Amino acid sequence: MDLIGIFSLAGNALISPMTVGYILCGIGLALHFGYTGLLNFGQAAFAALGGYGFAIATLDFHWNIWGSILFGLICSMGFAAILGIPTLRLRADYLAIVTIAAAQALRFYVGSSTAEPITGGSAGVSQFGEEFYNLNPLPADLTFNLGTVTLTSSEVWMRIVAWVVVGIAVFFLYALTRSPWGRVLKGIREDEDAVRALGKNVFSYKLQALVIGGSIASLGGMIFVMSSQTNQPSNWGTNFTFITWTILLLGGAATLLGPVLGGMIFFALMTLIESALGILVDAGLLPFLQVEQVAQIRFLLVGLILMLLVIFRPQGFLGNKKEIQFNG
Amino acid sequence: MSQLAAKSRTRAGALLGAIAILFSILLGASPAMAQAHTADDPSTYAFTIAGTLQEKDVPIPGVTITASQDAKSFQTKSDEFGEWTIMVPTDGHWKVTLDTTTIPKEFHLATKDGAIGEADLTQTDFAAVLFKFGSAAPVQAQSIWEQLVIRVFAGFNFGLMLAIAAIGITLIYGTTGLNNFAHGEMVTLGAMIMWLGYSFLHLNIVVAGLLAVLAAMAFGWFQDAAIWRPLRKRRLGLNQMMIVSIGFGIVSRYVLLLFFGGDTKDMSGGQTIITLGPIFTSNTTLISMAISVVALIGVALFLTRTRIGKATRAVSDNASLAASTGIDVEKIIRIVWLVAAALTGLAGVLYGLQFQANWSVGFDLLLLLFAAVTLGGLGTALGAAVGALIIGMVVEVSTIWMPSELKYVSALLILIVILVVRPQGVLGKKQRIG
Repeated sequence: MDLIGIFSLAGNALISPMTVGYILCGIGLALHFGYTGLLNFGQAAFAALGGYGFAIATLDFHWNIWGSILFGLICSMGFAAILGIPTLRLRADYLAIVTIAAAQALRFYVGSSTAEPITGGSAGVSQFGEEFYNLNPLPADLTFNLGTVTLTSSEVWMRIVAWVVVGIAVFFLYALTRSPWGRVLKGIREDEDAVRALGKNVFSYKLQALVIGGSIASLGGMIFVMSSQTNQPSNWGTNFTFITWTILLLGGAATLLGPVLGGMIFFALMTLIESALGILVDAGLLPFLQVEQVAQIRFLLVGLILMLLVIFRPQGFLGNKKEIQFNG
Repeated sequence: MSQLAAKSRTRAGALLGAIAILFSILLGASPAMAQAHTADDPSTYAFTIAGTLQEKDVPIPGVTITASQDAKSFQTKSDEFGEWTIMVPTDGHWKVTLDTTTIPKEFHLATKDGAIGEADLTQTDFAAVLFKFGSAAPVQAQSIWEQLVIRVFAGFNFGLMLAIAAIGITLIYGTTGLNNFAHGEMVTLGAMIMWLGYSFLHLNIVVAGLLAVLAAMAFGWFQDAAIWRPLRKRRLGLNQMMIVSIGFGIVSRYVLLLFFGGDTKDMSGGQTIITLGPIFTSNTTLISMAISVVALIGVALFLTRTRIGKATRAVSDNASLAASTGIDVEKIIRIVWLVAAALTGLAGVLYGLQFQANWSVGFDLLLLLFAAVTLGGLGTALGAAVGALIIGMVVEVSTIWMPSELKYVSALLILIVILVVRPQGVLGKKQRIG
C-alpha cells in the first residue's frame, strides 16, 4: 500500500460514522464525567440501546424513522433511570462497578438465545436503514473522492447527517453547561456537600445528567450501526466503553470539543499505526508479529494511552488542569 | 492442527524467556508465520474454527459440519480421529452445525439441540467448538431436589474458587483503597502458566501449579513496584488509580493474548470420575475444593494470628494510625500484594484445571469478583469469602430455572439489587460507602 492510500484511509477515519459514533458517546461521557464527575463505565450499553431500540422499532414495530429514533432514546433513558436511581447516591467507584456490570449483563442478555426472537441473538439485527437512506437528497450517482477512498452518495449522506448531529449535540450541551443548571453540575463535581448545603437536590441533578449524556450516547449508537446497517452484541463490549474513555481523556474531559478532537485524532492515529505495522509485518521486519495480531495492538495502545493520560496529562489536549476533579 | 500446535509451541517458547519482563512484549520473539492472504482460497483464510468429535474417547469420523454467518457458509467432514477444521474469511460470530443424518448410528448427541454450536471470533483468530456426545439421560430424569444438590455442589466449588480471588481484591482494596480492575489478569496469568507447565511442558501437576502461583506473585510484586507504589507516592486520587488499573488491565490482557493466542487452553486429562449420590464429579474438582478451603483457612489464620496479618488489618482500618504505631505501611502493602497475587493466581490454576481457560477468563470473572466483594462488603476479607460463596451458588443454582447462558446476568443483577437494599454489603461497615 502506498502512502497516499494510507493517508486516504486515515482521512476517512477522521470523519467516518464509526468515529462519529464514538465521538457522540464521548460527548455524553463529557457531561457525565467531565462536568458532573460521574464515573460511568457502561457507555457501551447506552449506545447499544440506541442502536437496538432504533432497529427493533423499525423492523418489529414498523415505526417510521422519527418514531424509531424516539424509541431508541426512550430505551436508553429508561436504562439510565434504572441504573441511576440505586447507584447515584453511592460513592463514585460504586457507579463505575455497577455501570460496567450492567453493560455486560445487557450485552449477555441481548446476545442470548432467550432474547433471540427480538434481538437476533448473537447474530444481531440488520437491514433497518432503508428509510434513512431513502431520505438521501443527494444525486444517486454522486461520488466523493478522498485520495484513494471513494465515497458513494449514501456514504456522503451518512457522514453529513452524522456531523450535523455532532454539531447539534455540542451546541445543545454548550448552552446547557453554561446555564445555571450546568453550574450546579460543576458544583457537584467540585464539592457535592457544598451544593447540597445550598438546598439543591444533588441526586436529581446527577440523574438528569446521566439521562441526557446517555441519550447523546444512544444517538451515537444509532449512527454507529446505521452506516453498516448491522447491529451485533459484539459491537458493544467493554472495549467500546474503554475507547470512549480514551478519546474523552485524550481531548479533555471537561470540554465539549475535546471528545470531538480526541475521537478524530485517535482513529486517524490508529489507522496510521495499523497500516504502518501491517506494512512492516508484510515486509518481514517485525518477525514476532503476525498479520492477524496487528488489530490486537490497537487495544494494547488503548490501555497504554489511558494509563499515561490519567497519570501525566489528566486534562487532555484542550482541558484546564483545575477542572479535573477525580473525587476521592 | 499440527500447524496450530507448532504455532502455540513457538509462542510458548517465546514466553518462557520473557516471564520476568512481561512488558517487553515487542522485544520477545515469536516466529513469523505471516501468510499472504489472497481472496477466496479457503486455506489462506485468517480465521479458524476447529474441534474434535468423540464419544467416550472413541472418535467419530465422517460427520458433516457447517459453519455459517449471514449468507456465507463453509463445510467440512470430521476425519478418522474425529478432528475437524474450518477456515473462514471473516471475524464475528459463526454458527456451527452438525448434520445429524451423517452421525454414525452407534453415536448419540448428548442433547437434542446439541447439534448447534457457536464460534466467537470477535477477538481472536481461533475458536474451538465442542459438541457433546454420550448419554445425557440422567439430566432428564433428575428430580428438582437432585438438580438442586448438583447445582449447590457446583456452586460451592465455583464459590470457593471465586472466594480466594475475591479475598485478593479485598486485601488490596482494604490496604490501598484501590479498586483494581487489573485483578482478573492475575487469574488469567495463573491459568495460562498452569497450561504452559502442565499441559504443554508436561511438568508434574504440583510443580506446574507452584510455578503458576509464583508467576502470579512476581506479576503482583512487579505491578506494585512499577506502577502502584510510584502512583501512591505522587498521591494520585483513588478514582484516577482505578482508571489507570483499567488501562493496565487492558494492556496485560492483550499482552497475554499476543503470547498465548486466543484459543481456549485445554488442561483436562488425568481426571477420574467420582460419583457422590446424584453428583458426578472428578478427583480434580474435589482436590481443588480442598485446596481452596485450606487456602481460605490459611488466610484467616494469617490475618488473625500472625503479627504481619494483624498489622495488615491495622493498615486496613486506619493507615496513618497504623504508621504512627511503628508499622511500616509500605512493607505491609508489598506483602499484601504478594499474598493477594498468590491467592488470585491459585484461583486461576484451579479454574483452568476444571473449566479450561482463555486469555480473557480473568476479565470475565472480574465482574463476578466485584459482585462478590460488594455483596460481602468492600474491604472485609470474611465478607469477600461469604459474598463469593453466595455469588457462586446463585450463578449455578439459577441455571435450574434460567438458561445457562444467562447465569452471569443473575449474578450481576444481584450486585445491583444489593446496592439498593444494603450498599455496605452483608458484613461491611457503613462508613465505607461514603
